[in-house]
Amino acid sequence: MSSVQTTTAAAGGFWRDSGKTGIGSWIFSTDHKRIGLLYLYSVLGFFLVGATLGLLLRLELMTPGRTIMGATTYNALFTVHGVVMIFLFIIPGIPASFGNLVMPIQIGARDVAFPRLNLLSWWLYAIGALVVLTALFTGGGAPDTGWTFYVPFSARTGTNVSVAVFGVFILGFSSILTGINFVTTIHRLRAEGMNWGRLPLFVWSLYATAWVQILATPIIAITLVLVIAERVLGTGLFDPGRGGDPIMFQHLFWIYSHPAVYIMILPAMGVVSEIIPVFSRKPIFGYKMIAFSSIAIAAAGSLVWGHHMYTSGMSDTAVMVFSFLTFIVAIPSAIKVFNWVSTLYRGSISLEAPMLFALSFVLLFSIGGLSGLILGAAATDVHVHDTHFVVGHFHYVMFGGTGFAFFGAAHYWLPKFYGRRYKEKPALIGWALMFVGFNVTYFTMQVLGIRGMPRRYYDYLPEFAPLNMVATVGSWILAAGLIIMIVNLWRGLFWGEPFQGNPWGGATLEWSVPTPPPTENFEEEPVVSHGPYDFKGAGVP
Amino acid sequence: MKTDNAEHIVDYRKLAAVWLALLALTTATVVVSRLELGAGKVWAALAIACLKSGLVIAFFMHMKYETRLFRIILFVALVTLAIFIGLTFFDVLYR
Repeated sequence: MSSVQTTTAAAGGFWRDSGKTGIGSWIFSTDHKRIGLLYLYSVLGFFLVGATLGLLLRLELMTPGRTIMGATTYNALFTVHGVVMIFLFIIPGIPASFGNLVMPIQIGARDVAFPRLNLLSWWLYAIGALVVLTALFTGGGAPDTGWTFYVPFSARTGTNVSVAVFGVFILGFSSILTGINFVTTIHRLRAEGMNWGRLPLFVWSLYATAWVQILATPIIAITLVLVIAERVLGTGLFDPGRGGDPIMFQHLFWIYSHPAVYIMILPAMGVVSEIIPVFSRKPIFGYKMIAFSSIAIAAAGSLVWGHHMYTSGMSDTAVMVFSFLTFIVAIPSAIKVFNWVSTLYRGSISLEAPMLFALSFVLLFSIGGLSGLILGAAATDVHVHDTHFVVGHFHYVMFGGTGFAFFGAAHYWLPKFYGRRYKEKPALIGWALMFVGFNVTYFTMQVLGIRGMPRRYYDYLPEFAPLNMVATVGSWILAAGLIIMIVNLWRGLFWGEPFQGNPWGGATLEWSVPTPPPTENFEEEPVVSHGPYDFKGAGVP
Repeated sequence: MKTDNAEHIVDYRKLAAVWLALLALTTATVVVSRLELGAGKVWAALAIACLKSGLVIAFFMHMKYETRLFRIILFVALVTLAIFIGLTFFDVLYR
């Protein structure tokens, strides 16, 4: 073998100690860490697919009229970009990959409560993804409905909507099973001394997320079956000509899909709550309020779906009720932001890669959240509904928020699991390019939206051309940053300097186990005697 | 640790009685659908359906013999569903 050694050859821990090698030792493994990495590679692969599609969309919008593709291809592309990014990357993203990797160790458990169910979750994810991909190349071709599959168009279009929504239906079951597994694990498998007041905030956020996964996902599953029934059997449930109600589809769709936004963002908030105290050398400010606000966001966030439907023809009473409820969600979200900022206050801040991603999250999520209030207020929403403002807002929250937290988590936790680390300087360059490119792309989109440019339109008026050019150039800067970051991570984790112990001084349990952790996580069952951010109690400098 | 896995065997007579009750309630649903009750017809049908699902959950799904935790979880799911339906009616009733 050459002098270059990969992690699997050099490091021990769960990579080696089971004695099993080969693909079978991964795709049939019930070890939560291996399943976490399976998810990580899967979601990252789909992220790259979705990002490429996004870049192509921006390239098409660079100039008015046709730039690189026709209108039909454009419709299919934004649909597939949405479906891949939402259902294959961002929903399973942090909980299934980093949740699986880290959560059992953080609570002092050897594995999740149902390891085989955990493996089944990944298999359902893989099968669901395969079915979604099949939909792109069979039947009438890739769906052109947008990721929201709105009726009546989705019931009538000749593209392959039925197969695509069936794939999403399968993915839903994967999500439900992960939720059940996590709730049970957090209730039943906490180590001695790991009471609810000592639970790391990442675990609290996963707990809140898991409940939303369990309670809300079945609704989208049933709704998508109804769309198939509408297409195949002509049931007329959503067809007003036959006594049906198309707005009912939007209710059913958003009853899940709005809480799904919290499935995406809550674990990201958990990641940020882990990184900020460690890199500020200070216990988190307001632990109980951050933990409580995760539950509050999950609960209140499940009641606000109607704010996607202000212009749908829904009753004015409902518009007012949903607008009011939407503003309530801002309270626990703001509690988190203020607590993070208070943690930073007079901390000994170390601006390494994970911290930069976490700080970016706070800023970008705040911009996204505040622009969300413009959309949550019915009066202003009517003006910017279905414009690029919504696209910009959504990307600020989902990419600027969850995406940046996902990459922050990768820089924070992956060296622990690979036993090797990335180079700091390229990580900083990658982050800086991403941060600049991100804002150039999506802030410009928000301005375009305020000026009236609609979303999902293939062509646009000449007055929008300069800003569209700016947004497209921004997407190239963003892509350059992404490439540098991913290549640096990849090279570092497999061929980089060895990573040992607890260099950042984390006080949560994952930093107390060997690097990489052994298959059973702990050599002997841990007894927890300090809080997750009690750095003195944990004996870290 | 306390184990909650103890099986509870329900005797056949009780199961048969529940089954007969379900059949009777199904008959009641059909009868109600033919009466002139106006809007009351929907409420009557929903009430009978609730009673039937309650019997299935309590006896066939063993919820009657489970610990309080399971009942709480079921309650949370039902309350969630009720809230979802309730909020949707802010649209449907006032459109």
